[in-house]
Amino acid sequence: MSTIDFNAELTAAGANVKTRWGAVRFFMRRYPLGSIGAVIMALFLLAAAFAPLITVYDPLSTNAAASLAKPSLTHWLGCDFMGRDVYSRIIYGARISLAVSVGSMLLGSSIGVIVGLLSGYLLGWFDLITQRILEMMQSLPLLVMAIIMAAALGPSLHNTILAIAIPLVPYVARVIRANTLTLREQPFVEAAKAIGMSERRIALRHVLPNTLAPLIVLATAQLGSTILTESSLSFLGLGVPEPHPSWGRMLSESAAEYVRTAPWLVIFPGAAISFVVFGTNLLGDALRDQLDPRQRS
Amino acid sequence: MGSYLVRRFGLMLLTLFGISVIIFVLLRLTPGNIADILFDAGGFVDPTDKARIEAELGLDKSLPVQYATWIGGIMTGDLGFSYQTERPAIKEIAPRIPITAKLAVLALTFSVLLGVPLGVISAVRQNTRLDYVLRVISLSGLSMPAFWLGLLILMAFVAYFGTIPIYSDAPTSFWNALVMYSVPAAAVGFRSSALLMRLTRSSMLEVLRQDYIRTARSKGASETTINYYHALKNAVLPVVTVIGIEAAFLLGGLIVTETVFNIPGVARFLVEAIRWRDYPMVQNLVMFIAIVVVVINFIIDMLYAALDPRIKYGD
Repeated sequence: MSTIDFNAELTAAGANVKTRWGAVRFFMRRYPLGSIGAVIMALFLLAAAFAPLITVYDPLSTNAAASLAKPSLTHWLGCDFMGRDVYSRIIYGARISLAVSVGSMLLGSSIGVIVGLLSGYLLGWFDLITQRILEMMQSLPLLVMAIIMAAALGPSLHNTILAIAIPLVPYVARVIRANTLTLREQPFVEAAKAIGMSERRIALRHVLPNTLAPLIVLATAQLGSTILTESSLSFLGLGVPEPHPSWGRMLSESAAEYVRTAPWLVIFPGAAISFVVFGTNLLGDALRDQLDPRQRS
Repeated sequence: MGSYLVRRFGLMLLTLFGISVIIFVLLRLTPGNIADILFDAGGFVDPTDKARIEAELGLDKSLPVQYATWIGGIMTGDLGFSYQTERPAIKEIAPRIPITAKLAVLALTFSVLLGVPLGVISAVRQNTRLDYVLRVISLSGLSMPAFWLGLLILMAFVAYFGTIPIYSDAPTSFWNALVMYSVPAAAVGFRSSALLMRLTRSSMLEVLRQDYIRTARSKGASETTINYYHALKNAVLPVVTVIGIEAAFLLGGLIVTETVFNIPGVARFLVEAIRWRDYPMVQNLVMFIAIVVVVINFIIDMLYAALDPRIKYGD
C-alpha cells in the first residue's frame, strides 16, 4: 500500500479553505455543473436588474413599420407582430419571471414552513386534519391547481403569484413536517426542555434552523418549476396579462401561426425559459448533493 | 392485505370528497356569477331577466344545496348543462375522453420505454462520458416547457415535411392513427422520460451498492445477470410509484400540448371552458381529472404493496 498524501486528500475534501475565494474555488471544483448553474442564475439576476442598461428599445413600444422584422443588426432577435423588439422583451421578461418565481416561492415556502412546523410539533388533531387537507391539495397536478386558482382570481401579476404559491404549500409543509418529527426526538431538544425553555423558543431557535438545509434544496428546485408553471399559465392566457412582457405569453401570441413565417418568435422566448430553468436545476442538484445527500437523484 | 386495501379505498373516497369541496369553493370565489357575465355583453342587466336565469340555473339556492345537487348529479350521471353550448355536460365530455386517454397512454409508454433503459445504462456506466451526456439531456428535458417542445416539433415538421401534423377525426388506417397520436405523445412524454431516467439511475445506483449485489458478483454471476435481473428487479419499485405521480403530471402537460397541436381532448376542453367561464363544465372536468389521478395513485399503491412484501407485513 503506497503512502497516502493526507494533505492532498483533505484539501480535495474541502478542509484547507481559508479565504472566501477559496470556498468558491472549492465549490467550482467539486460541482462543475452546479457552478455553471450558478453562473446562469447570476446572468438571469443581472439581466433583470440592469435591463434598461443592456437594451435599446422599450419593450412595450409598438412600431408598426417593423412588424415581424427578422433578426438583424438593429433588432437583434427580431420583432413581433406589433413591432416590439423581441430582445428587449426577453430581457425585461426576466424581471417578470424573477418576480413571479421568487414571490411565489417565498410566499409558498413561508406558509409551508409555518404549517409544517406547527403540524410536526403539535401533532394530534391539528396534524391529522392538516395532513389530510395537504394530501388532497397534492392530488391535483400543480398546473391544474394553478389554473383553477388563476381562473378564479383573474389574470394579474399578484394573482399569478398567489395562484402558484398556494399549490406549493403542501410540498414544503410535508418536508418540514418530516424533518420536525425527527428533530423533536433529538437529545438537544430534550435538554432544552429540561432547562425549562418554552416550546415556542425551542421550535424557533433549535428546530427551525436545522430544517433549513432541505428547505434550501426544495426552494431551488421550486424556482425552476414556478418559472415553468408561470410560463404555462401565461401561455394559456391565465397568467401575467398585458402589458407585462412574459416569456410564456410571448409564446402564445406567436403560437402555431408564426411557426412558418416567424420562427424567431417561437425559438427565443422558449430558449430563455429553458435556459433559466436549466440553470436552477443544475444549481439545485449541486446544492442537494452538498446539503442533503440523502436525497440523491 | 385485505384490511389494507379497504382502508386505502376509504381514504381514497375521503380524498375525492375533500377535493370536490375544494374545487367547488374555489370556483365560487369569483365575484359575480354567470348571469352577470352572460348579460355583460349587452351592457345592460335587466334584474327580472337575471333573476329568471339564476333560478333556471339553480344559482339562487344556497351553496350547500348547489353542492349537493352537483354531487348527486355525479352519482346519477347527470352533470348538468354546459353554459356555452347548452347541451348536457356528459355529451360534451364523453367523446373527448378516449382521445386524451390514447394520448396519455402513448405518452406514458414512450416515457417508460425511453426513460428506464437509459437510466439503467446511465447507472451502470456511472461517471463516464455517456453518463454525463445522458444526464445533461435529461436535465434539459426537464427544463423545457412542454408547449415549447411541441412548438419546436411543429417547426421541425414544417421545415422537413412542409406540413403540420393535423389531427383528424377519421384516421385512414391504424398506422396513420398511430403516427398522428405519436407526435404530441412524444412531446408530452419527453419530460416524463427525463424524470424517469433520473429516478431509475439513482435507484439503480442505490441498489448496485448493496451487499447482495456484491454477493451475486462473488458467486460468479455475469454482469448482465446482475444488472438486469438482480439490480433492476429491486430498483424498479420506486420507479413504479413515480409512474403513478407522473400520470398526474402528464395530464397537466397534456393541457398545453393539446392546445398547441389543436387536439380536441379533455385537457384542452378544460382551458376552453375556463375561457368561456363555463363553470359547471370546469367543475366537472377538474373533478374528472382528480378522480383519474386519485384512482391511478390508488392502483399504484396496491401494485406497490403487491410487489414489496415489506408493506403488507409492516402494516
